[in-house]
Amino acid sequence: MSNLLAARLQMAMSLGFHIIFAVIGIALPLMMVIAEAFWIRTGEDVYRVLARRWARGAAILFAVGAVSGTVLSFELGLLWPRFMEFSGPIIGLGFALEGFAFFTEAIFLGIYIYGWGRISPAAHLAAGIVIAVSGAASGVLVVSVNSWMNTPSGFVLDGNRATRIDPVAALLNPAMAAEALHMTLAAYAAVGLLAAGVHAALLRKDRTNPFHRRALAIALAVGGVASVAQPFSGDFAARVVARTQPAKLASMEGQFHTQRHAPLRIGGVPDPRSGRTRFALEIPSGLSILAYQDANAEVLGLNEFPPKDRPPVVVVHLAFQVMVACGMVMMAVSIWAACAAWRCRGVPDGSRLLVVLALTGPLGLVAIEAGWTVTEVGRQPWIIHKVMRTTDAVTSVTGLWLSLLVYTILYLVLGVIVVRLLMAQFQSSPGANEMAVRSGSKT
Amino acid sequence: MTAMAPSQVVATAILFALTLYVLFGGADFGAGVWDLLARGPRATAQREVISHAIGPVWEANHVWLIIVIVLLFTGFPAAFASITTNLHVPLSMMLVGIVLRGSAFTFRSYDNAKLNDRRWDRRFSWPSVVTPVLLGIVIGAIATGRLATRPEQPVSLFSVWLTPFPLAVGLFALAIFSFLAAVYLTLETADPSLQDDFRRRSLISGVTVGILAYVVYILARTEAPLVVRGLGASSWGFVVRVATGTFAIVTLAGLWFRRYQVARAAVMVQVTLILWGCALAQYPYIVPPDLTVSGSAAPPQVQRLLIVTLAAGSLILFPSIYYLFRIFKVHTFHPASNRPGE
Ligand code: HDD
Ligand code: HEM
Ligand code: HEM
Repeated sequence: MSNLLAARLQMAMSLGFHIIFAVIGIALPLMMVIAEAFWIRTGEDVYRVLARRWARGAAILFAVGAVSGTVLSFELGLLWPRFMEFSGPIIGLGFALEGFAFFTEAIFLGIYIYGWGRISPAAHLAAGIVIAVSGAASGVLVVSVNSWMNTPSGFVLDGNRATRIDPVAALLNPAMAAEALHMTLAAYAAVGLLAAGVHAALLRKDRTNPFHRRALAIALAVGGVASVAQPFSGDFAARVVARTQPAKLASMEGQFHTQRHAPLRIGGVPDPRSGRTRFALEIPSGLSILAYQDANAEVLGLNEFPPKDRPPVVVVHLAFQVMVACGMVMMAVSIWAACAAWRCRGVPDGSRLLVVLALTGPLGLVAIEAGWTVTEVGRQPWIIHKVMRTTDAVTSVTGLWLSLLVYTILYLVLGVIVVRLLMAQFQSSPGANEMAVRSGSKT
Repeated sequence: MTAMAPSQVVATAILFALTLYVLFGGADFGAGVWDLLARGPRATAQREVISHAIGPVWEANHVWLIIVIVLLFTGFPAAFASITTNLHVPLSMMLVGIVLRGSAFTFRSYDNAKLNDRRWDRRFSWPSVVTPVLLGIVIGAIATGRLATRPEQPVSLFSVWLTPFPLAVGLFALAIFSFLAAVYLTLETADPSLQDDFRRRSLISGVTVGILAYVVYILARTEAPLVVRGLGASSWGFVVRVATGTFAIVTLAGLWFRRYQVARAAVMVQVTLILWGCALAQYPYIVPPDLTVSGSAAPPQVQRLLIVTLAAGSLILFPSIYYLFRIFKVHTFHPASNRPGE
């Protein structure tokens, strides 16, 4: 295995692992806080139990998020020292601000998890709100670094050195708003619907359980709203890509030749050798309209770029299709759940809906992994779009396959343990009669 | 001191963050060492004290390390690239240790089926021993001045750090972390016999720190001559050494006479002085012999922005940390006898 390939795989694996815990770190605190606020308002004990339960899960997941994030901070240098030497001063501001967001998050997480009963309920709720805000802020800040890699700005290239560095302009790069919005919504959509799926499955076994009903309601509200907004923010992101990274757009769409009235391809498999995308359902002029709001607009194809500047089109196109498909299903399920809730004026609990929610729960995480594959693989062969090639950034250290192997095993083991611990949590979730006793004793 | 250059301010901030990481995050690792070595009739009680003491704070303490890294790659990108390339192997191993320690510790606290407790204990503890050694190795290897600092220089994966001096610094770091933890733990319990357990451990590890400091110094004369020259040549080198020694004696005396508050304050100053002494000795290099603080710094406008960010961030950070420690550590400031509910 070449060193470059090993480095790319290790980076992809570490990021793919971290992002799962990162999105949970963004969205779960919001759900905890909502549950706790309901407890303070209604005095119903079931909300307090729910907030505590979610916080228990958050503690496990946050720890893994923190350590896997630490690995990433070092990996930027361990795997891509030339990249960091060039871009450290430019993007460091985002990372430094993120450092403070991490601090705030870790401090108030300690207070939240270990502080039940030690501080006043209002102070405790406030700690939860701080976690939710700083979690979202850390996501936005780190994504700003990634969007800078896609649309670098805030410096002037002088040979291969950066001069006239302006870290603020780098932070506010052209793709930043679109990526940050899309990523933040992705976190709420994916984690909300995932939690809704888990509680839907448990509710199906135990129909009257108030714990799972309240949990389902909160999770559906958070995940559903975000899931309906997500395709619109994705459309916004795609337009930014069309404007700033035409090779990536062409790969996403399997667009080999420059064309007016470019069709929107749904599904299909690009074949780089023949330069065609087969088996796709084509909507005439769809792509031109979506990307430029004009059926007559010209969409650049991969033929405009020398072969050494083209991303791996098959991976990018397929990953994009997977993300969009997941997004459409998630939006449809959310709308269905909203209609059902409106019709029964309460938590929707039709069997069919619960089954579908349980089955589609993981789709958000699938979409996130696929979406990142689009963004990162679609940027290839550049590590910094049109500024530095990935080949030129990789470390000169040899034998990287060994570290890839070690980290793969480490993350596999961690993943298995986390899943088992969470399973144990679900199994010990409060039963209906237990909850009845609790709320009975309250009144 | 006359006005410092922006790069010197950032370098000082890195040293400050590293010091806080050692004083707090380091002690969390040290606590893991005592968890592994918990012995005797009160072994379970000792483990409980340890887990109580670090549970709410370890994640916050850990962030200091991230701050160090971020400041390093923003402020001194060439130094970061050189360190991560030359010391790829010990850094990778250190990260595995950090991952195992952090996750195993949390898993243990949240394992519903308490049956598995012993298994988590061991996983939490072994990385707590190995990780500090690797951190010390990295610092020691930088001090030797043998890192390749230019891209065209070949790097050797093992020979820069698998030598006596970095290994001795590694053991020194382990001893310091354990010493800090043992001293802090004397104040984490109201039970006099548990206090005596940790007092004994403090005294043993304190003496070990002293012995290893001497070993490190002897080895440094041949292996890190640049640093030793820095320490010997200037007038403050002597002052720092005397002050470190004085505080070491105060710490041991505080432990001996069971004045644990005194011991804790003194050990913190002692360890800070050790770190600052090393840093001053290495100055003006950030990675000797080529990369100096001013020579490898990012452009001044970046450094200035970084300083503003640090200042603004501190306004939120330090009150938050104070709040965290006030909630969870206030009991360690009161005499054991009037603590409620213990
Ligand atoms: C819940 C997850 C999720 C869902 C349902 C969607 N996406 Fe997405 N998408 C992401 C999660 C995501 C992501 C993982 O968060 C990415 C990776 C980088 C980023 O900023 O967001 C992303 C990237 C991403 C990009 C690339 C941005 C870039 O490279 O700069 C585009 C064009 C879209 N998405 C478009 C869409 C469209 C049109 C969707 C319609 C349904 C959609 N996404 C649903
Ligand atoms: C788009 C991708 C990313 C997002 C949305 C994201 C978001 C987050 C969030 C919300 C957290 C805190 C929650 C938790 O601990 O679970 C976190 C933790 C962390 N992340 Fe990421 N992250 C991303 C990628 C990265 C990258 C590329 C790095 C490193 C360069 C990184 C470094 C860290 C670190 C060091 C932590 C631990 C902070 C702590 O100790 O609490 N993350 N991330
Ligand atoms: C957490 C969500 C993310 C995921 C799942 C992800 C995924 C990936 C993947 C699949 C690759 C390999 C691409 C290839 O070589 O073909 C990659 C590369 C890389 N990513 Fe990301 N990425 C994420 C976020 C980020 C962020 C926020 C940053 C910025 C700090 C970042 C920095 C990098 C770097 C430096 C590389 C290596 C160079 C390259 O291949 O271009 N990634 N990532």
